[in-house]
Amino acid sequence: MSSEASSALAHQFDDLAQQSEAATLGMWVFLVTEVLFFGGLFLSYIVYRASYPEAFASGSHHLDVMLGAVNTAVLIGSSLTMALAVHAAQEGRRREVVLFLLGTLLLGGVFLGIKGIEYGHKFAQGLVPGPSFVFPAPHARQVQLFFALYFAMTGLHAAHMVIGIGVLSVLTVMAWRGHFSAVYYAPVEIAGLYWHFVDIVWIFLFPLLYLIGRH
Amino acid sequence: MRYNLPLFPPQASTIAPQVDALYYFLVAVSAFFIVLIFSLVIYFAIKYRWSAPRKGAAAPHDNPRLELLWTLVPLALAMVIFGWGAKLYFDLNRPPADALEIYVLGKQWMWILQHPQGKREINELHVPTGRPVKLTMTSEDVIHSFFIPAFRIKMDVLPGRYTTAWFEATQPGEYHLFCAEYCGTKHSLMIGKVVVMEPVQYQQWLDGGIPGATVASGPPEARGAALFEELRCATCHRETIPGVMLGPSLAGLFGKPVRLHSGESVIADEAYIRESILNPAAKLVAGYQPLMPTYQGQVSEEGVLQLIAYIRSLGEANEEGRR
Amino acid sequence: MNSPVEAAVAVGTEDRGAELREHYLNVSYGVKSWLLTTDHKRIAWLYLVSISLFFFLGGAFAVLIRLELMTPQGDLVLAETYNKLFTMHGLIMIFFFLVPSIPAVLGNFLIPLMIGARDLAFPRLNLASWYIYTFGGLFTLGAVVAGGVDTGWTFYTPYSSTYANSHVILTALGVFITGFSSILTGLNFIVTIHTMRAPGLTWFRLPLFIWAHYATSLIMILGTPVLAIAILLVGVERLFRIGIFDPALGGDPLLFQHLFWFYSHPAVYIMVLPAMGVISEVITCFSRKRIFGYTFIAFSSIAIAVLGFLVWGHHMFVSSQSVYAGMIFSFLSMLVAIPSAVKVFNWTATLYKGAVSYHTPMLYALGFIGLFTIGGLTGLFLASLGLDVHVHDTYFVVAHFHYIMVGGAIMAYLGGLHFWWPKMTGRMYPEGWARLSALILFVGFNLTFFPQFVLGYLGMPRRYHVYPEEFQILNVMSTAGASILGVGYLIPMVYLVWSLRYGAIASANPWRATGLEWDTPSPPPTDNFSTTPIVTREAYAYSLQEAERVV
Repeated sequence: MSSEASSALAHQFDDLAQQSEAATLGMWVFLVTEVLFFGGLFLSYIVYRASYPEAFASGSHHLDVMLGAVNTAVLIGSSLTMALAVHAAQEGRRREVVLFLLGTLLLGGVFLGIKGIEYGHKFAQGLVPGPSFVFPAPHARQVQLFFALYFAMTGLHAAHMVIGIGVLSVLTVMAWRGHFSAVYYAPVEIAGLYWHFVDIVWIFLFPLLYLIGRH
Repeated sequence: MRYNLPLFPPQASTIAPQVDALYYFLVAVSAFFIVLIFSLVIYFAIKYRWSAPRKGAAAPHDNPRLELLWTLVPLALAMVIFGWGAKLYFDLNRPPADALEIYVLGKQWMWILQHPQGKREINELHVPTGRPVKLTMTSEDVIHSFFIPAFRIKMDVLPGRYTTAWFEATQPGEYHLFCAEYCGTKHSLMIGKVVVMEPVQYQQWLDGGIPGATVASGPPEARGAALFEELRCATCHRETIPGVMLGPSLAGLFGKPVRLHSGESVIADEAYIRESILNPAAKLVAGYQPLMPTYQGQVSEEGVLQLIAYIRSLGEANEEGRR
Repeated sequence: MNSPVEAAVAVGTEDRGAELREHYLNVSYGVKSWLLTTDHKRIAWLYLVSISLFFFLGGAFAVLIRLELMTPQGDLVLAETYNKLFTMHGLIMIFFFLVPSIPAVLGNFLIPLMIGARDLAFPRLNLASWYIYTFGGLFTLGAVVAGGVDTGWTFYTPYSSTYANSHVILTALGVFITGFSSILTGLNFIVTIHTMRAPGLTWFRLPLFIWAHYATSLIMILGTPVLAIAILLVGVERLFRIGIFDPALGGDPLLFQHLFWFYSHPAVYIMVLPAMGVISEVITCFSRKRIFGYTFIAFSSIAIAVLGFLVWGHHMFVSSQSVYAGMIFSFLSMLVAIPSAVKVFNWTATLYKGAVSYHTPMLYALGFIGLFTIGGLTGLFLASLGLDVHVHDTYFVVAHFHYIMVGGAIMAYLGGLHFWWPKMTGRMYPEGWARLSALILFVGFNLTFFPQFVLGYLGMPRRYHVYPEEFQILNVMSTAGASILGVGYLIPMVYLVWSLRYGAIASANPWRATGLEWDTPSPPPTDNFSTTPIVTREAYAYSLQEAERVV
């Protein structure tokens, strides 16, 4: 065990294996919590979609499938670079870790940028729920419900992206300074778990919000 | 404080004795287990206290068969309780087809009850004995809950949807009506009474009602007259028992000076009448007790205007109040 | 002649060496050494102090509620004020006292000690949990100071989202934030229990306290996020008027109730499962016996946690859900009663042929068995559909959950606090005073809450500021009981603080108990054990022979 690695061992653990097992399990448990956190919103979505199918269909017609699809691709790409970063970390290749983390950050930023453009369109079209909501078609009230859920779900997802980008930025700096090694790379690994989770949430959001009910 | 200590609510509906039977059964089951556990704990704690002489082999710390027994016996009991309760719940949710239909509207903080014949009541429900009554309920604002303890029924009253409940009253009398779901500041004042009558009396009550009670449109004084009946103002402001009037007569009142309890004198104009309806104690008429309840929150501003119009019309037809 | 336990206590008083030894309390001094500590034992103290403050605040609200209810008229406070009092009493007692009570104080202190670890898996996260809790608490206190909130702790929509005219957003934010403290504590416990057990400490050698906390942690991580999102949506709806639960916009207020109770019913088990864990430790120690049916008790904790997630609909029997949904929820609620019944029988059987001594923790434990039995059985009344229609939202419910929360959870919390007080402080509490206050609490508690069962069946609805006159006598009894109860809570507060300085010095193991936490000095050193313990026996390896030898 290198001296670097032993300095990374917290006093409560016996060895690095135990420490990394605890960290990984901790992240998994956290992700279970996250599933339930999003679960409340997904449940609301399912209940209302079942109650007002037409309104939800006409709501999703006002989303930009093209931008949504591009964003899906971008996010899947970022998961790939994240996986590559974890792999590089396991093998202790510092330069590659930094490179792939930067790639992930870049793609994450692109995703948020596109999301921002989409939000801007919705503001311009008066599709933001609240007093200023305008929808000329029937079911306007229920369509507003659709957009309330759209903003709540994508907004919560975007908040997770922002947190992820923050965490990865810190890790990039740490990787650049050589904090990780082939023995001690648990932080990169568990950040990867988190990033993949956020990606998977989007994989569910995209079809639910953009695709279902579109003919 | 009145020294009455009831332990059970009155049984005034067909379902009430059935709910009580389940309650007694559960009380008996609970009492049995509570006595069993308490006595065992106390007995063991004393018999096996640390200083008592110990004899015989040590007790086992495991006995799967015994544990299975005290898993399965409570389970069987729980299933009995479940089945019994579910059967009652089914009955409570299946109103008979021939039921009398009454609509209930809950709003902060009053109950509005609409009879099929057009009679409308506030915070008071008259029903006959021996006839199922089905309530179809909705709320104008938040969630309320329609609760009549004597009938053992309760159902939430929700905005944006209809809920139903039913009962068949058995005992004539007056019973509490409560709102059981917290609904804001005056939740505990969203109460009323249920008046159960023999069918004959009920019919009389229905017929005896002033037709004005159903007037939804018309000149304001006619609607005011209807409101006057609905709010039961006539109980005090009309000579129902000869020679006895709890409140001052309103005939010919409008625009005349009124001598107050304080010795002052005011003109009975719109502002005075409005204040007397919403805050009766503020300017009490000389010679009367402050008996009148406040109608703040029970009558809309529009209703107050209609009442004023009605009282004004009494001034023009002087004999109206003496009838 | 001394009981086996007292003999050990007597030995302890002569062991004054502890004063000179370095331990977690004297290793460093000053506010900073406490506020920046990552030692689970010190964090337990941070929690102990903060939840005690919240307990007395929530208690003050309860006092005002009971005083108001002494007369049928609303003569002490205005209706608005009364509604705020019961709302804040509920919010503070549930989210800021009961949920963190046993897990965050006793669990935090004891889990690493009981499994032979040096700390929790994530000590900094543990400290962060306390800060998050405090931060959420400040929001809620802010709401109290700003004028309070009047939605009831249940935040039912559309009242909370549209109609209430009080500080809903501030309070909701407080509860939302505090939820994350609970989630992170649960996460920390799960990971610690999985990865940091001492060599030889297999799952079925774990103390039942650990099993109970494992089950509790599962609920914390699975339930709390759902509450968080539901509360968040209420806040967002109130802020932006977007109508997720607003019927005027096609929303469904019942959806909120489903989301709310999906957490808030299991939350009951967050409060009572750790209490059951405490009772299993105390009963065995003061009967000098192994627990009767270890496996049944261990699995019943997990069964309660799992089944507890499937019964939330029993809070909605009269909210117009379908009859069939009602039947399923009622059936499952009956099932969840069974593991609790099993525990009660097993604890009782543990006393059989034991060597029972009546120290304060044991008095609390015996009291717990009795009160929890009453609370649990009255739960059957509420789970039974046809009967619940009548007693739902009446004082019967109030009495029932206070029997579980106050008679169960708080009794066990106090019992546990007394049991591990020597370990936490290195001092003994005064036994006479402690027994007296345990007795006062038991009497006061029953006088306060038993009349409420009768009131509830009579039909007195919850959350009523004024009530019909015929309910007065029972309410006066309840208020009288509450004043006794209040005294019962103040006495321990005084003597426990007193004992910090003047209590007799405690030995490493004053109760001659078995768990690993008793193998290290009282108070323990910062790293808990000088060498990692190796476990070779099952939990509660008490023997009666040993007890007799001491006698």
